[in-house]
Amino acid sequence: MKNQEEEILVAPLHPPHPVECEAPNDQIKAENLIVSNLKYLALGTLFGIVLVKAEVISWYRIQEMFRLHSFHMYGVIGTAVVVGAVSVWLIKKFRIKTLQKETVVFHEKKFHWGNVFGALLFGLGWALTGACPGPIYAQIGSGFFAVTVTLLAAIAGTWTYGLLRERLPH
Amino acid sequence: MLEIIRQPWPWYVAGAVIGLTVPALLLLGNKHLGISSSLRHICSACVPSKIPFFKYDWKREAWNLFFVAGILIGGIVGTRFLSNPDPIVVAPATVKDLEALNIQVDHNLLPASLFSVNNVLSLKGLMFFIVGGFLVGFGTRYAGGCTSGHSIMGLSTLQWPSLVATCCFMLGGFAMVHLLLPWIMSFVS
Repeated sequence: MKNQEEEILVAPLHPPHPVECEAPNDQIKAENLIVSNLKYLALGTLFGIVLVKAEVISWYRIQEMFRLHSFHMYGVIGTAVVVGAVSVWLIKKFRIKTLQKETVVFHEKKFHWGNVFGALLFGLGWALTGACPGPIYAQIGSGFFAVTVTLLAAIAGTWTYGLLRERLPH
Repeated sequence: MLEIIRQPWPWYVAGAVIGLTVPALLLLGNKHLGISSSLRHICSACVPSKIPFFKYDWKREAWNLFFVAGILIGGIVGTRFLSNPDPIVVAPATVKDLEALNIQVDHNLLPASLFSVNNVLSLKGLMFFIVGGFLVGFGTRYAGGCTSGHSIMGLSTLQWPSLVATCCFMLGGFAMVHLLLPWIMSFVS
């Protein structure tokens, strides 16, 4: 009961997130479900074009990566991390605000054993399908309609995790 | 200009754009890059089944679903209007390895011998679509993120659990390619 009261007190400032949501929405200002979200559709489109054009969605590129036959994927991920890290550093350093003039929120990730076991399982699936979740959507858009089955299986996998969550070591 | 765009884009261009997605999402509205979360939101919206893990206001996280819908549209645009006219170039050593596994290297981004619609109901389909997809969905959520959430967003914000997860992604991938794939191919083909 105590917890619930606390949640209600905090709610006006920080509306509740999904339990441990790893990609949370930290905007305080209310958003229109469609209009406010169109900018993310646009950004996603650019992201998807890049995934296709740099062949990140290619099963062969993933095979090359895990066979250490090509630098390409290491270059893509490495550059993304460096550019992302410098951007985050700049945001923190100059206290850059969001479009809504809100302070950018960062969350500390807490280690749990899923970071090992879950990650190993995902690695196996990544090498089989040649896709992490982002490229799955881009592969379907690219005309590989059979990958819709992969997406459905991935949704089923996530659902199964939700079902078994309490019984898995964390 | 279009000629240049149609060529495969180099790694540093792709890496820079993907990296810039991190501040873009943060500054557009305090959103954190993480694509596997979309799978969870789909569960929450469509089949919550009274599981606590899926009981939350998914509409508040709907930006994530718009983002992945955009990725799908980007896949269409990139392929329809900007696609590379030349066959994909695969490293010769990989071609050799794949041929040894009976996987024909063709001109597409994904080998048709594995990923064609005709394979959905075969043993190959079971492995590459169902088992592979299930591992991606189960593994990413159990790990608390995927390549975007951990390897890009997590490493960009210097989180050591994300470094652990990224190393384990790679380890899993190496194990699949070098240990399990030869065995899987021996019974599906």
